[in-house]
This record gives sequence, C-alpha cells and structure tokens, in this order.
Amino acid sequence: MNPEVPVRVSVNGEAFERRVEPRLLLVHFLRETLGLTGTHVGCDSSNCGACTVQLDGEAVKSCTILTVQADGSEVRTVEGLASNGDLHPMQEAFWANHGLQCGYCTPGMIMAGVDLIEENPDPSDEEIRRALEGNLCRCTGYHNIVKAVRDAAAKTREGVTA
Amino acid sequence: MSTVESEATTQNGHVGRSLRRKEDPRLITGQGIYVDDIQLPGMLHAAIVRSPEAHATITSIDVSAALARDDVRAVMTGEDLAEDLEAPLAMLWAPPGTEIKAPEHWPIARGKVGYVGQALAIVIGDDRYGVVDAAEEVIVELEPLPVVVDVEKALEDEIVVHEEIGTNKAFEWSLPGGDVDAGFEEADVVVERRIVNHRISGSPIEPRGTVADYRAGELTLWTSTQIPHIVRLVLSMQTGMPEDKIRIVTPEVGGGFGAKLQQYHEETTLAVCAKKLGRPIKWVETRSEHMTTSHHGRDQVDYVKIGAKRDGTITAIHSKIIQDLGAYHMLLTPLIPALGSFVMSGCYKIPNVRTDIVGVFTNKMSTDAIRGAGRPEATHMIETIVDALAVELGMDPLELRRKNFIPKEDFPAEIPIGIVYDSGDYEGSLDKLLGMIDLDGFRSEQAELRERGIYRGVGFSTYVEICGLAPSRAVGPSGLGIQGGFWESAIVRVHPSGSATVYTGASPHGQGHETGFAQIVADRIGIDPQQVDIVHGDTGAGPMGMGTYGSRSLAVGGVSAAQAAEKVADKARRIVAHQLEAAPEDIELAEGSFRVKGSPDQGMTLAEVAGAAYVPENLPDGMEPGLEETNFYDPENFVWPFGAHACFVEVDVETGKVQVYRYVAVDDCGPAINPMMIEGQVHGGIAHSIGQALYEQVVYDDDGQLATGNFVTYALPTANEIPEFETDRTETPSPTNELGVKGVGEAGTIAATPAIVGAVVDALRPLGIDFLNMPLTPMRVWQSIQEAQERGEGPRATEQGRDLPAEARDSAGSGPTIPPGQEPGPAHGGGAA
Repeated sequence: MNPEVPVRVSVNGEAFERRVEPRLLLVHFLRETLGLTGTHVGCDSSNCGACTVQLDGEAVKSCTILTVQADGSEVRTVEGLASNGDLHPMQEAFWANHGLQCGYCTPGMIMAGVDLIEENPDPSDEEIRRALEGNLCRCTGYHNIVKAVRDAAAKTREGVTA
Repeated sequence: MSTVESEATTQNGHVGRSLRRKEDPRLITGQGIYVDDIQLPGMLHAAIVRSPEAHATITSIDVSAALARDDVRAVMTGEDLAEDLEAPLAMLWAPPGTEIKAPEHWPIARGKVGYVGQALAIVIGDDRYGVVDAAEEVIVELEPLPVVVDVEKALEDEIVVHEEIGTNKAFEWSLPGGDVDAGFEEADVVVERRIVNHRISGSPIEPRGTVADYRAGELTLWTSTQIPHIVRLVLSMQTGMPEDKIRIVTPEVGGGFGAKLQQYHEETTLAVCAKKLGRPIKWVETRSEHMTTSHHGRDQVDYVKIGAKRDGTITAIHSKIIQDLGAYHMLLTPLIPALGSFVMSGCYKIPNVRTDIVGVFTNKMSTDAIRGAGRPEATHMIETIVDALAVELGMDPLELRRKNFIPKEDFPAEIPIGIVYDSGDYEGSLDKLLGMIDLDGFRSEQAELRERGIYRGVGFSTYVEICGLAPSRAVGPSGLGIQGGFWESAIVRVHPSGSATVYTGASPHGQGHETGFAQIVADRIGIDPQQVDIVHGDTGAGPMGMGTYGSRSLAVGGVSAAQAAEKVADKARRIVAHQLEAAPEDIELAEGSFRVKGSPDQGMTLAEVAGAAYVPENLPDGMEPGLEETNFYDPENFVWPFGAHACFVEVDVETGKVQVYRYVAVDDCGPAINPMMIEGQVHGGIAHSIGQALYEQVVYDDDGQLATGNFVTYALPTANEIPEFETDRTETPSPTNELGVKGVGEAGTIAATPAIVGAVVDALRPLGIDFLNMPLTPMRVWQSIQEAQERGEGPRATEQGRDLPAEARDSAGSGPTIPPGQEPGPAHGGGAA
C-alpha cells in the first residue's frame, strides 16, 4: 500500500476530509469510504457508465477518476438529487415511464440524463440517445429511458416557465 | 402503449393495469442494496488467480510471495481445499435417458485446466486493492497441452479436452416425432442450411458477487443469483453443511439474463474459506472475469433441412445441433439444446420432426442458459429455413407461414414429438402485425430507394416458445425423464392490521415481481397492492422455491401466489360468514369488503377479518387462528407464448453497416397483469437479440485465448443502436392455469434474431445475397457483398440448397458460411476475420 494523502471533497453539499491511497478510484471513495453505494461499478473499462456522477457540474465516470483528482471539487451523486423528500424530475420520470428494471445502471443513467437536460433543456430523441451513448442498459432496450429523459426535460421546462 | 397509473385503491381490478412499480423508489434514489454494497465487520476481500492457458497441466503453484504480504490472510489452491469438499460442482439437468460423459469439475482446478480463466487459487486479504496485487504474486507453472476451440474440429477427437474421457463427444440425444425420412420422400422441394449460432455473453450490468459469513455454525451467503434455493441445495451437497445451516440471500440483483442461473465456484470457495478463516469474505467479479468465466450461451453449429410440397405444405424438418459445451458441464449445460428441440417445428403443423443433438467439449468456458436458452437457436433455425423455403418455392414468406400455421381451432394441439401446445392464434398475431406496418407501402418505397442505391429490407419472425418451466409430471423421471420438474411456492401472510406479506420462491432480478405479484394477491384479498409486500430471494424467509428463469415466474410463481391468496380469501369468507351468520358461498369480495351478496352494507374488510382471525374468540368450530396460507403449485403443462415480429433495416452497402430503424412486435403472453411491464420485457428482449444479431460475439482465438474480454471488444448495443419499439399484444389465455398467463421475459429474444437477419437478407437480395450468419458486423456484411459481386450474381440465384452437402452449397451461392475454425471479428472494429 502506498502512503496515504489528504483530500477534501464536497459530496452532495457535505464537506469531507479524508486520507486516501493515491490510486483509490473516486467510485470506491464514494462507495466504500463514504458509504454512498448508489453509484455502481459495472465494468473495468469505463464503457458502461453505471458509475456516472457529476464532478463540478460535469458528468464523469467515477471509475476513471482518482480520488486525488477530485481534491477540492464538488461531487453530486444520485443520493444528492432528491431534496426535502421530493424526487428530482429525472427520478420521477424514470419511475413514471418504467425507465428501469433491475436498477443497476439506473443511478448512472439518471445522472447522465440530469447532466444532459442541464445543458440542453429541450433535447431531441436523437440528442438524448447520443447523450446516453456512454451508459449501457441490458434490461430496458433504452426505449423507456429515452421516454423518461424526454418527459423529465418537458416537466423541467414547464416547471421553469410556470 | 400502456398508460401508467398510480392512484391507490382497494377495489379489486388491479390486475391488467399499468401500475407504477413498487420496486422503483429505492432504485431511483440509490437506496437499493446489491451484493457489493454489503459491508460486514471484519470482512476480508478475495481475488481469484486464473489460468492464462486454455489447456494445461498444473506443474506448480507457489503462493509464498503472496502469503508473505502483511495484508494477505490466506491463499488456497484446489489441493488445499480438497479436504473441505465432498462433491464437485454440479450438473443437475441433462437430456433424459442418455449417458453423459462428465469430467470432474472442482471449484478450484486440481491437476489441470481446461479453459482460460479457470480458477487456480484464491487470495484472501484485508484490502480490496491489496488482494489483486497479491494475486499477481502467485507464481503458477503450467505445462501447456494442445488446444481445440472449433466445435466441429473437436468432434474429430484429434485433440481431446479431457484425456481421462478420451473423446470430446459428451453425449448424443435425439427427439423424434413422426418419420422424417418418409417426410422428405414426400417432399417436392428440400432446402438445407448450415447455421452458426455464435457464442454470446449474458452481461448483466451488475457483475456477479458473493459475500460469505460463517459464524456460530451457520453460513449466510449473499450472492447475486437467480436461484437462491438451488444454490443452497448444491452448496450443501458440496460442502457437507446441512441445508438448514445455510441461508442464501439475494439482495437486489442487477440483471441476470441466465448468467446468474448457475451455481458458481466462487460461491463454494467463499463458503468454505469463510468457515476455515472464521471471517466474512467478499468477492465481486470484474467485467473481464464476467466475460471470461461467467457461463456463455448459444454456440451451436446447426444443420437444418426442411422439405415441402410444391404448394408449400411442409412435410418434414430435421435439425442436427452440434452444441459447443465448453470444457465442463455446469448446472444445465447439456439440457440447453434440448430445450430448443421442443419448439423445433415452431408454430407450424409439421408431421415429421427430428432433432439430433451432439454435445461436444472444447477448451472454452462452459455454455449454459442465456436469455432464451436453446429456444432462440431453434427459432432462428426454423424461421430462417422457412424464409429460404419460400424463396425456393417462389412463394411469399408470409403466405407460406400462414399455409403451415397450426390453426386456432386445433388447440390444445399435440405436436409430433408428443407434447401439447396449450393455446394459440398465430394468424391473429400476424394479422395484427400487418395492420401496424403497411407492407405494400414499404415494398414500393423499398423498390424506389433501391433505384437510388439505398438498401432497405424487412424481415419477419412468427414464433412460439415453451415457457413456465416446468411441469414435474410431464418432464420428470416418470414423464420425459429429466431429473425433476420445477414447481413454485408461495405463502400469503395477512398481518393482524390487515396488510400482507407474500413469500415467493421466484427470485426476480429486474422483472418487477414485487409489483405484479402484489397486483395478483391484492385483487384476491381485497386490499391495495401498496399494502402487499413481496419477499423473495431469502432461503431463511420462505419455503423452498425454484427461482426465476425460463419465463416461469408469473406462470408458475404468480399462479402459486394467486392460489395461496385464494386460500386466504376462502378462510376470510368462512370467518365473515360465521360472524355475519351467512353461508360462506354467499360472501363475495367487492369494493374492498367481504360482503353478503345482495346486502352490500353487510361486510368486513380484510383488516376486520384479520382482527377476528388473530383474536380468535368467535371463529367457526375447529378453525385454526391466524390468516396465512401456503401453496405449492406444480403446473399441468408448459405454457406457449407466441407472436409475430417485423424488423426494418437499412444497410449501407459501401461500409456494410446495418441500422435497425423500425421494429414492430405483437406478442401474446395471455392476459396482462401489468401491460407496462410486459412492454418493458419485450423491449429488453428484442434489444438483447439486436445485440446478438448485429454486434455481440464472444471470440476465442485458436489458442483458446479470449479476444473479447471487456465491453470495448464485446459490444453491447447502446441507445444509438436500438430503435424505438412499436409493440402491441393479442391475449389468448392459457388453459394451463387459472390466470391464463404465459410468460414474456424471453419472448423478444427468442423471436427477434431471424427477423433482423431476414431483414438484412431482404435488403441485399438484389446484390445476390440470400443467406447470412450472425453477427452481421459491418465487416461480415461488406465481405458478403464483395463475395456475391465476385460470384457475378446479380439478382438472386434460386437453384441452391437442394441435395447439396453444406460446403458445396456454400460455394454454390447460398451465401457465405464461416469455415470451421474461422471466427468472425468482434462487433466494433473488425477483428480476426
């Protein structure tokens, strides 16, 4: 084991100071050091996207980032989406549109969807499919995931204009 | 499309509605607990040392450097664990009446290895990263042996996988019906094909994982499986631990697709090591390990031959399945091709059917059930050969299908192999499909586009599948002769306050049992589905059960839950009748109340009934207190879902790239419990087949090295490769069970590959292509186009197929077929072809 180094990371608005092995992946820091197990690991090659989180507002694959690279950053995970007991519109839309089955890819899918509509509030189906290209789902055939993201985008736009 | 509903109600009538899933709130917020989320006090981690050779004797394993590390607690080889195991890994099911050659298959290899990735040692230590480092320090010396990976070459026995067995032919089994020789005599036209149904991976997004904890004489094993109770039984046989001292828990399971319908060596090894060390141990598969050592599926070479009269009447079908077993049998390895043989005549009335299966060892990972398990292969064979027959006869392929469909009025229909299709309306689903697609419009558009060099095609699949595994009397020792059937169990327990918990032996991994079963039970006992909690996947919490696979959960487990709920309702009616001084047969369940017929104001809610049952001062004479019933349901027959699918593709003839741009499916799984969830199952099933047909392939090189060990080289389709789906249903109830339900988890996967490949062939027919083997990677399609052009084929050549051996036919123009030993490249980026 290599000597540990200090990191300061804010996760879902809460500040954490920890000493970590330099090679510790961000996803393992979240899951095992902080106990935030909503972010999942599905592959070894950053293809599946189950580990998608936002790092300083950008969607990233947390299996491809070292914890030390996140030093001083803000991370948002699926656990940080709901506020005051209210689901985020993306979570609500996945539920309403049967956008999940086994649920394993879902946190990463939801984070990728959140990231997309923050950047592009009115994406076309093609834009949605392209934005989700880095997130694999084996259960749904993507149909209802695309529908859910479209629905969340529409609800978010309505919410903003209302 | 179904509309999702969410309003709560205690009316009956929840069945048939697209209620939102009860599972979802925890899964969309990251609160679900999967195996890798489990942390126990004092928990150690494990890594497996795996064979880099496909076939070798083990000369030595030096664990001293790994053991010398401060963070390593133990390193165990196969020999180290020999004392702790009473039996090797299990093969539980095989075709009946056949002597099967089965090599000993220990959780960790002893003496030799038979495939790349076979376990050589387990390293157990304090830290997840540390054990991976330590595994690198285990020095293994192997003496390589010759390797055979091609299944037809393996049949020649020049290189044998198991020297002690002396042949690679593990078994032969046939399922005859009628007289195929006579059937071919009668035929005016005979068409043959050699179809390669290539090897694929299940690849759920959650890898497998296990946590073992042995304390105070009891083992608790959390494991990502589809079959917790069967894992317990097998573990007990292997370790000698009594079944009652083993508890298997499946927390959330992140997809299975058959890859978790298995009892894997890591479960056994962790159980034994946790006991030896007195510490809990976790092991979680990496994706590379999944690709290497979670069982694969398909991998058959099929020789299929069909005969028909000039008018299109099919007289016989014969198929020879050469099944690549891999190096060892696992739980159901030899049974998989046999499952296909049950539906080898598809939805057609064919008087003479015969399937001959030969199972062959190769130096590869085992094959076993992957979504569909034998039935996608059978459907691919029959639908592909029917399309080819139509071309040979000059008939419209749909007209040929209609001419041979088992007519609606024939059901229940006994087919020549001696089993009975329960119900069907094959014309009905095809009619509905054609109503959705405007085929004439497509054909004129297709012709116009071809003029402009744009190649589009449509392919069809009309399928039937065998589900609801499995009626014991039909398949068990006194029936077909398989080693037992698969019933299912349920307990419905009404709590004193009137809510209910249902225990099921089915073991979901994404299907939505918690919602569907709640709908079924709620309707029968007069409460809201939100008040019905479903407990599954814990051998410590419910009766023995058989798990989830083969599209069986609803048709067997759901029916069991319904029957248990009916027993509860019967007791409730007797209690209410007693309390209200009415006859039990006069008590009806309506509007959330068990009430006297004709007097709607006289009644009791389930909560009131439960109160009376648990404070038993006024129950009928002789009635036991409590409100809880158990059911074991063993079906009388299988169920036979069916449907019709159409796939539309565009092929870029310059690059060979295929895009599925439209996919329309009509499926019939009997009456819907939750239409939204049926659609979800169909979508996922079709996507799985689009993966197999176009992108996914497990590839080994000639040395038995896996070339597709991760998601870079093994290409699961992304949202970009999958179209929107258009789905609809017909509802033909099954007479087999009182819900009339069939099953739908595998329907899309079983149906889709021939429709996809048929569409590509339809698109490219003007270029001289009339047959293609999967996967239709750009390279394969492009090469096929080039070869057809070199053969100088313009419009389709029709005189092929009849009475020619496979190799001669291939070169005579029935399309490219992979020569033995040559595997095509992986989906993205070309590869070995």
